[in-house]
Amino acid sequence: MEDKLQPIIGKLEKEFGGTACEYRGEVSLTIPAEKIVAACQQLHDLGFELLSALTAVDYWPQEAPRFHVIYQFTSVTSNLVLTLRVPVPGINPSLPTVSHIYRSANWRERELWDMFGIKFQGHPDLRRILMPADWEGHPLRKDYPLGYEEPQFTFNFEEINQRKPYAKE
Amino acid sequence: MPDIQEITVDDLKHLVSERAIQGETVLLNMGPQHPSTHGVLRLLLELDGEIVVSCVPDIGFLHTGIEKNMEAKTYQKAEVMSDRLDYMNTVGNNLAYSMAVEKLVDLDVPPRAQAIRVILAELTRFQSHLVWLGTSALDLAAMSMFLYCFREREYILDVLEMCSGQRMMTTYIRPGGLWRDVPVEFEAAVRNILKTFPKRVDEYEALLTRNPLMLDRTYGIGKLTGEECLNFGVTGPMLRASGVKWDLRKNRPYSGYEQYEFEIPTRTEGDVYARYLVRLEEMRQALRIVEQALDKLPMGAVRSNNHKYVPPPRSEIGVSMEALIHHFKLWTEGFNAPQGSIYTAIESPRGELGVYLESDGGPKPYRIHWRTPSFDNLSSLPLMSKGVLVADLVAIIGSVDIVLGDVDR
Amino acid sequence: MGVEQKLGNMGIATTTLEQAVAWSRTNAMWPMLFGLACCAIEMMSAQAAHYDMSRFGMELMRPSPRQSDLMIVAGRVSRKMAPVLRRLYDQMPEPKWVISMGDCASCGGVFNNYAIMQGVDEVVPVDVYVAGCPPRPEALIHGVLTLYEKVRGMKFAEIKK
Repeated sequence: MEDKLQPIIGKLEKEFGGTACEYRGEVSLTIPAEKIVAACQQLHDLGFELLSALTAVDYWPQEAPRFHVIYQFTSVTSNLVLTLRVPVPGINPSLPTVSHIYRSANWRERELWDMFGIKFQGHPDLRRILMPADWEGHPLRKDYPLGYEEPQFTFNFEEINQRKPYAKE
Repeated sequence: MPDIQEITVDDLKHLVSERAIQGETVLLNMGPQHPSTHGVLRLLLELDGEIVVSCVPDIGFLHTGIEKNMEAKTYQKAEVMSDRLDYMNTVGNNLAYSMAVEKLVDLDVPPRAQAIRVILAELTRFQSHLVWLGTSALDLAAMSMFLYCFREREYILDVLEMCSGQRMMTTYIRPGGLWRDVPVEFEAAVRNILKTFPKRVDEYEALLTRNPLMLDRTYGIGKLTGEECLNFGVTGPMLRASGVKWDLRKNRPYSGYEQYEFEIPTRTEGDVYARYLVRLEEMRQALRIVEQALDKLPMGAVRSNNHKYVPPPRSEIGVSMEALIHHFKLWTEGFNAPQGSIYTAIESPRGELGVYLESDGGPKPYRIHWRTPSFDNLSSLPLMSKGVLVADLVAIIGSVDIVLGDVDR
Repeated sequence: MGVEQKLGNMGIATTTLEQAVAWSRTNAMWPMLFGLACCAIEMMSAQAAHYDMSRFGMELMRPSPRQSDLMIVAGRVSRKMAPVLRRLYDQMPEPKWVISMGDCASCGGVFNNYAIMQGVDEVVPVDVYVAGCPPRPEALIHGVLTLYEKVRGMKFAEIKK
């Protein structure tokens, strides 16, 4: 697998100025945010028809870059996988959309907006997809609390019972 | 108590056609509670009489926050939540999680564990296709299929209960192997399944495949070409019914699948009927794989020996000091995974189930993302449902085989 | 319903009528299809041929709330789904009962986070809680029979809400 991937990685590194690294047999390439649309177009033409996954990681409290957006490509014709990582800053995070190249990115980018607050410029319909439309906050960020409810043990049972909302009828 | 989101035409101007704004077409809410949506899926349909002009899915009614919740638990404890994602393919979710953790910490799995994993994963695939068949035939008004399929399913659930004690959420497949070895009645029960099920699948075929009602309702409905499928990220039987021969068990084999001989059914039409035929054939191939795996089942251990990550057997704790220390450390702190990130994928009954796991060197997953197949499969629904009748829409939703736990996570 | 309101609490004379009404209510209690997640599959299993719930009167599952008198909340209720659940509960005609099936509906279950309602009794009053993740079909049937005992023990004066 590695030998078929080698020329592709070399081409991408030269054109988009990225750095490749390998971990446990998988290759991932870090490229800057402005070049992502061109890189996706290039990969689509090279035969990576399937965008398997589009997700993000939050590295709070590190502010720059705070997010890494990860694109996972699969090539069905040549049986290859490749990962692209794009660092995104924490203040006003935004990226250009790739939903005109890969239509699966449409809903995935909506999910990233909903969960992380990363805006995608040029997206046709950027609104919340998993949380209710009037929800505040972006749940998967590291500074968003888990919303943990205190477990009721015998010593605090009564006080939690009084606070808990119960439906009367 | 917040009220239900009232969505007006203004909010959706960019999604529905201008005929809706003028009032020519009707906006109908096929709400979250509906017998044919297979879960809590809300569809906003724009109808011109009986024809669907556009269809906007509204998901998120089952959003459970599993990804964030798993970040707060150690690797051992987080596995329990993975069962509840795609609740038809519980064993497959455990398998994907275990494979991801094993890849991250570079853990070996003994061959007996791999073979049993394959047997259980294929039985789960069979069971998931049975539920799909039962419920989508029920939507097409073939009520007896529902009863037959659930009767068959009880045998498979008996096998799962025999191994792990639980019918559905087994958490039997753990990083490093299995929880414990299969009991002695396992082989007899699986052989019984292998003896009786092929005839049952023939019965289903006799009932549905050449049935003129079935053909009328499903032939030529909801077509998707292979290119459209790949562009939408659709994988699994939907992709294979559209002509693209891509199955992770053959193309990127895992857990010992390369040792077994089986075929990948593919069809070219890409409509609801083709998906039905592909899944029916997959059920037969699943039985074939189970038979080969059971015949070749090697003897040996079912858990890895690397006790830094895998708990030692209880019998050793009384006699060996290291076993006690490992057990203590695993149960109180959990193991520390090295820093790095990986992506693994398996072939679930719905498509490619992938896990992106990133670790920062601590005992809890720093970021775990589940690439669930039903999310992308569902995003192709607006395209498939342009210009079809409402009754056809029900058949199309049935053929996508969505599980809302998978879509919403 | 009119007879009960007129007769009210008359002691011995209405006991057999109460029993008759309670018997008829339990013998044909139709649940509303409210399967949300994994517990829904076990509910379907309980309805299917192996663990038949029809022998206890639940012949069909009605998807419409206006035609059902029991709501089995099977599965995890997220914050987005909660107002929908309440609205459907309000649309059911009296007398109505709620069975909270499974751990997630009873108390939040495995999930203790921002997205899942910690117990469906925050929005609807629950009569019977069935524990399990998911509860076996036999456990659900036991829960249904417990509800029947509760209904049969009900007097007229309690039903008016």
